[in-house]
Amino acid sequence: MNQVILFFMALLMFTTAFAADTRQSGYSQMRPETRALQDDDTQNPAMLWVEEGRSLWSKNAANGKSCADCHGEASKSMRGVAARYPQFSSAVKRPVNLAQQINICRTTKQNNTAIPLDDQTLLSLESYVAHQSRGLPISPPTDKRLNAANRLGEKLFHQRIGQLDLSCKDCHTDNAGKSLAGNIIPEAHPTGYPLYRLEWQSVGGLQRRLRNCMVGVRAEPYPAGSAEMVALEVYLAARARGMKMESPAVRP
Amino acid sequence: MTRTLITIPPNITRGEIIGIRVLIQHPMETGYRRGSDGAMLARNLIRRFNCEFAGDDKKRTVIFNANLHAAIAANPYVSFSFRVDSPGALFFNWVGDNGFTHVETRALALRA
Repeated sequence: MNQVILFFMALLMFTTAFAADTRQSGYSQMRPETRALQDDDTQNPAMLWVEEGRSLWSKNAANGKSCADCHGEASKSMRGVAARYPQFSSAVKRPVNLAQQINICRTTKQNNTAIPLDDQTLLSLESYVAHQSRGLPISPPTDKRLNAANRLGEKLFHQRIGQLDLSCKDCHTDNAGKSLAGNIIPEAHPTGYPLYRLEWQSVGGLQRRLRNCMVGVRAEPYPAGSAEMVALEVYLAARARGMKMESPAVRP
Repeated sequence: MTRTLITIPPNITRGEIIGIRVLIQHPMETGYRRGSDGAMLARNLIRRFNCEFAGDDKKRTVIFNANLHAAIAANPYVSFSFRVDSPGALFFNWVGDNGFTHVETRALALRA
């Protein structure tokens, strides 16, 4: 009798261990046509940005330095890097996302000007770097200096905003998987950024996507690169810890 | 600079029908939209795409061509098939509004 109970207890533990992670990437809710676009690099339009980034990687800035001069072969040096962002930057003493870190490199190492976060050049470089982490788990650093940003991000995620008085959580946690005007509400895991969004007809970063939602609930979006935006990125990365990177993804 | 992704399968044998996939970076602005300032955005479309093949005799023959219109998405993707009877070169041409032209060339080798 004891053996039977033990057997069922073991079975229960086994099933809960494997059923524990029910998080889903937006990929799993896409139509087969859109999935096919992401799965095939010869069809994925985001690969145009990745290729552009590849050529920018070894292009010299005015002071004669390229990304490759310091970082070498991106396939080795940048592998897994995008999966660890946002990080705390000791240079500017605050959390920064990947695009901001590229800008810090540009201004401090290349003696160049910073580029706006939605600029195609920056998106190309970001896509190229993020592409090197494809298939790796999202692994935000366990850095105490990120804790404040993580808490702020969590607060903002649960805070109702805008004329529609909705928080991120209201749709993306409570009603994920249900329909919103014909679209399935994803769980908001940033697994594939920067990604090609069919609605945008272009590649865009996570902050552009966040801005979309904020405008959607008729709230005033936080400025690009602001502490609040990065805090949301920090929280979303922590929330998606362990999920596989798909960059550059395609989304409807 | 305009970026393109052209995919031609490797190890082609004589007489094989291959699939050629072509993607080009282009906004394909329809001319029907307004910008955030309310002004009309000028039309900027690729109007025509063609692919030519030149075999041993170096004479170019059009093997595929397409007219593109406002309803076609940005970064247009075109895929077509072609029977390879001899090695040679493929020439891809895009022509569009505002004097847009882009040319790419790819060698087509056969498996020995």
